[in-house]
Amino acid sequence: MAILVDENTKLMVQGITGGFGGKHAGLSLDYGTQVVAGVTPGKGGLKFEHAVNDVPVFDTVEEAAKETGADATAIFVPPPFAADAILEAIDAKIPLICAITEGIPVMDMMKVKEALKGSSSRLIGPNCPGIVTPGHGENSHGGCRIGIAPGYIHKRGNVGVVSRSGTLTYEAVYQLTELGYGQSTCVGIGGDPINGTSHLDVLEMFNEDPETEAIIMIGEIGGNAEAEAARWAKENCKKPIAGFIAGATAPPGRTMGHAGAIVGGEEDTAEAKKAILRECGIAVADNPSEMAKALLEIWGK
Amino acid sequence: MNIHEYQAQELFTQFGVPCPAGKVASSRAAAEAAATELGGGKLVVKAQVHAGGRGKGTFKNGFQGGVHLGNSPTEIGEFAEKMIGQTLVTKQTGDEGKLVSKVMIGEAVSIEKEYYLAVLMDRESNSPVIVASTEGGMDIEEVAENTPEAIIREIVHPTLGLQAYNIRKLIKGLKFEKDQAKQFSKLIKSLYKLFIACDCSMVEINPMALTTDGQLICLDAKFGFDANALYRHPNIMAYRDLSEEDPREVEASKYDLNYIGLDGSIACLVNGAGLAMATMDIIKFSGGEPANFLDVGGGASEEQVTAAFNIIMGDPNVKGILVNIFGGIMDCEVIAKGIVEACKQTGLTLPLVVRLEGNNVVAGKEVLANSGLPIISADTLSEAAKKAVAAVNG
Repeated sequence: MAILVDENTKLMVQGITGGFGGKHAGLSLDYGTQVVAGVTPGKGGLKFEHAVNDVPVFDTVEEAAKETGADATAIFVPPPFAADAILEAIDAKIPLICAITEGIPVMDMMKVKEALKGSSSRLIGPNCPGIVTPGHGENSHGGCRIGIAPGYIHKRGNVGVVSRSGTLTYEAVYQLTELGYGQSTCVGIGGDPINGTSHLDVLEMFNEDPETEAIIMIGEIGGNAEAEAARWAKENCKKPIAGFIAGATAPPGRTMGHAGAIVGGEEDTAEAKKAILRECGIAVADNPSEMAKALLEIWGK
Repeated sequence: MNIHEYQAQELFTQFGVPCPAGKVASSRAAAEAAATELGGGKLVVKAQVHAGGRGKGTFKNGFQGGVHLGNSPTEIGEFAEKMIGQTLVTKQTGDEGKLVSKVMIGEAVSIEKEYYLAVLMDRESNSPVIVASTEGGMDIEEVAENTPEAIIREIVHPTLGLQAYNIRKLIKGLKFEKDQAKQFSKLIKSLYKLFIACDCSMVEINPMALTTDGQLICLDAKFGFDANALYRHPNIMAYRDLSEEDPREVEASKYDLNYIGLDGSIACLVNGAGLAMATMDIIKFSGGEPANFLDVGGGASEEQVTAAFNIIMGDPNVKGILVNIFGGIMDCEVIAKGIVEACKQTGLTLPLVVRLEGNNVVAGKEVLANSGLPIISADTLSEAAKKAVAAVNG
């Protein structure tokens, strides 16, 4: 089981001929992920060569999906063209779109968000590290890695991880793996103010997933997505959840790296969010070194 | 990015948003000439700095107030001379104040009533929202708290844009009738067009004024722009005034470093925005105070680390540095070599705690241990923070 992706997922990479996209397509292949197609307009017919793999490159998402049966796409397209790449994937009815690109204008994402309504696609991101469902092999090899996360720190298991931040996700995964607890799926939903999938959406999926037994939810200052997810979890989620909210020391009104990480009012400070999470029965770690530890405590391990 | 009042007026004029006629000047002579061109008579002269509270501010030369009314070009020139080249301290500038290099001369407006009007990007609805109130000219957050019913929020469809019904609802809420309703309709259409065309995150007008002769006019405006979209607006990029920004942040941006200065004593250098915030938090949690936010991105190259150390060392409050790198894809050995080289190049003498984790971390830690430099190594983020606090306090 796991959520969103597994070893059967067939991945397409939009922007595979770029340096960043190519590097991470290669790392996904090394991890054992089925990277079946690349898309770069104007470079159709080329091959993306990596080790023993020859991945065909197409001009359009539609062709790539038709020829290879790809059912997920990773977007590594530069910011000025990224929204268009997402819209193309929505139009081609790709079920899962994962946008890694950082720096997409908000007005562009506003249009994308509207196009997603009623479509057959789910968007993860943008400005996110991607998704990993660890495999059963050594260093979790054989799983599905979409995006830029280091695959080897994972371990197949029963904890679902959802986070806005990349490195903070790796930190949580690493802590879990070190303590001997593996992950069902790790989802980076991205640090932008408008994103495709929220904390709440991912909690719902983890709640339904029989393989996921416990959840770590990592958030940060800005917006009310974490509070909304926590309130839902209080009523609906029977699985233990631990949380962390970054940005307790962030000055108000400043954007802290992630476009969405900004304290705008009294409601979206780290302390306010932590209080809401706690009221909803989530074990909140004040110390980011103790995210896994906080989970094990509430999980009774 | 913030812009000056005269630049906001340029944008308003370009998009047909009504605002008082104004001219910018950077000398007494230019101010007098501008006043003459504006027809002499009663005019206002305003210091141009990115800070509120100008009217009640004080110049370091003792001159009171960054906003004055004058009755002749000579009088305007006299005020301008007392402001230009001087440092203005307001409740928003801090004690160091801001250097005034330009003043704006504008028509003095006789106000009948003040309103609040703003267009913002709303995270919850993923749409632009227009916020308006009949209680203008004061702190809108206070209005929201004391009289929430006096605030109108109108969400605009993200792709269809501003519709006639949106405008009708605003007109009703603001109690405009007849000619003023017509004026407002035109004003909000122009303002919304500006908001979308310039990729704004916020345009806040406080106040929008009804003048004694029945005209609706936008007086003070505050703009926010989406930093991710500035690449497609070279005209707005040109408005950037580096002298208004923290010089350390300007320097950091040259090296793709995301830096925000704070006032603690423990500097940090981290890869990733979320982990950087968490590192600041754990410094505080461990009894210290962070001196900055600094995200070096995924790479943490030697050049970036060197630049980061130079910026950090330029802050006299800094007594120690905490480097926290989770080398997921990057090889920790390469990162460690970069840190060692950066230490040597910058002649770093402050206590340096390094926490490396991830890919090839054993080799990375060996590089640090064998460097001959007094680098304090830590295995976990918690341990690193404790060691950094101890080094600064010890």
